[in-house]
Amino acid sequence: MIQFTIEDRDGERQTLEIPEGINLSLMEVLKASDYNILATCGGMALCATCHVQVLEGFDALPPARDAELDMLDTLPDADPDSRLACQLRVDESIEGGVFKIRGEEQ
Amino acid sequence: MITTDICIIGAGPVGLFAVFEAGLLKMRCHLIDALPQVGGQLSEIYPQKPIYDIPGYPAINAQRLVDNLMEQIEPFHPSFTLGERVETLERQADESFVITTNDGTSVHCQVVVIAGGLGCFEPRKPEIQNLEQFEGKGVAYMVKNPEQLRDRRVVLAGGGDSALDWTVFLADVAKEVTLVHRSDSFRGAPDSAEKVFDLAKEGRINLVLQSNITSIHGNGHLQEVSITAKDKSVTSLAADNLIPLFGLTPKLGPIADWGLNIDKSAILVDTTDYSTNVERIYAIGDINSYPGKLKLILCGFHEAALMCQSAFRYVYPNQKLSFKYTTVNGIPTF
Ligand SMILES: Cc1cc2nc3c(=O)[nH]c(=O)nc-3n(C[C@H](O)[C@H](O)[C@H](O)COP(=O)(O)OP(=O)(O)OC[C@H]3O[C@@H](n4cnc5c(N)ncnc54)[C@H](O)[C@@H]3O)c2cc1C
Ligand code: FES
Repeated sequence: MIQFTIEDRDGERQTLEIPEGINLSLMEVLKASDYNILATCGGMALCATCHVQVLEGFDALPPARDAELDMLDTLPDADPDSRLACQLRVDESIEGGVFKIRGEEQ
Repeated sequence: MITTDICIIGAGPVGLFAVFEAGLLKMRCHLIDALPQVGGQLSEIYPQKPIYDIPGYPAINAQRLVDNLMEQIEPFHPSFTLGERVETLERQADESFVITTNDGTSVHCQVVVIAGGLGCFEPRKPEIQNLEQFEGKGVAYMVKNPEQLRDRRVVLAGGGDSALDWTVFLADVAKEVTLVHRSDSFRGAPDSAEKVFDLAKEGRINLVLQSNITSIHGNGHLQEVSITAKDKSVTSLAADNLIPLFGLTPKLGPIADWGLNIDKSAILVDTTDYSTNVERIYAIGDINSYPGKLKLILCGFHEAALMCQSAFRYVYPNQKLSFKYTTVNGIPTF
């Protein structure tokens, strides 16, 4: 099982447990767990509505690729520890991480 | 006032194809879109991506599909109002409608078709407390007419392509150009980033990196912006105009207030003809919802065809519609 914590827009935290080997992105898991995120582009790093801030465990994540960095650069509120949830795989790299939901709501 | 049979809100792929289906039944269309160009999500979000699920095209580039749709509807001479957002809808005594945009354009029509997709694309706004108070008074989210910025002190914010491009362009127009960006590098087109760094070296623009605009001040009109650097130091800069350029994001917008049945930002429709709970108003494409709805271009096209068969009775109340294949008569134009 892979465990990580999600902090929603109201600051409420919940720990999620996801079976290993599941081929999903963090965005897909968040949507499936009924978090209010738009994910307009369906995971193509084109909309930034899946923006998360990595409160803990940032260094363990694989580095962002160009498309993700390009998109993050267009956001007014991105921080150095911002990532796009759709570009993060749910695997051991996110184990123990804490992710705060930052993307816009409808 | 513009007069038409069907007023289509949204010039995305589904709104555009609805013109074709309406045209076959000799119904005229006027389209309104908040974006300055047609094509909806295809042109705004993913113009260069290939689409693989349009029948007859093993793959087609998104912008190409939009261009083809424009060519396909050309014989029906639709008219367009672009760069304006539909705000209000008023029912007339004879049951027809008058639609009005934020710029005051009004359209009289028999039928309203909402093909608004995910909603209006609106600028992403930075978190500055009194930003909205200064909108139109020095703060704008796009450069509509660069001449209005001639000899003015302009501050741009953002790190994407449009922030870079406008910085380069305005260097020759404005009295003073400052670009504020929160990181120390630009991910936009390397060519434009290089130009911006060169202009800064030559002293023709001010480049303020690793910083954010945190407050703005003025007496009725913008006069000053405060910039906070990464090390928390704050500097003030005199400015006549502030242009935050952080891209666009869709919001449902005014449609939410029209008395339509809405669930999770989508309009509920009857799947026999994609009509809404309000007579003479239809909703097609990504903006509607029904059991089993798929947000696909293909599904929107199908909805457009059924919608037109139903809308016909409002445009031609005394005529009976009998279904004919397009191949029978070719494409009848006006
Ligand atoms: C990255 C990405 C990839 C996709 N890939 C595919 C694919 O491969 N195949 C597929 O079938 N679909 C795909 N889609 C989905 C597809 O783009 C949508 O289904 C399609 O765009 C819906 O078309 P539409 O005309 O309903 O709405 P949109 O394309 O969203 O257009 C709606 C238009 O309405 C305008 N509007 C809204 N409200 C107002 C108002 N009040 N006043 C004025 N204008 C208004 C908006 O500005 C917008 O231009 C993809 C989507 C994305 C984001
Ligand atoms: S879902 Fe669009 S950028 Fe992640």
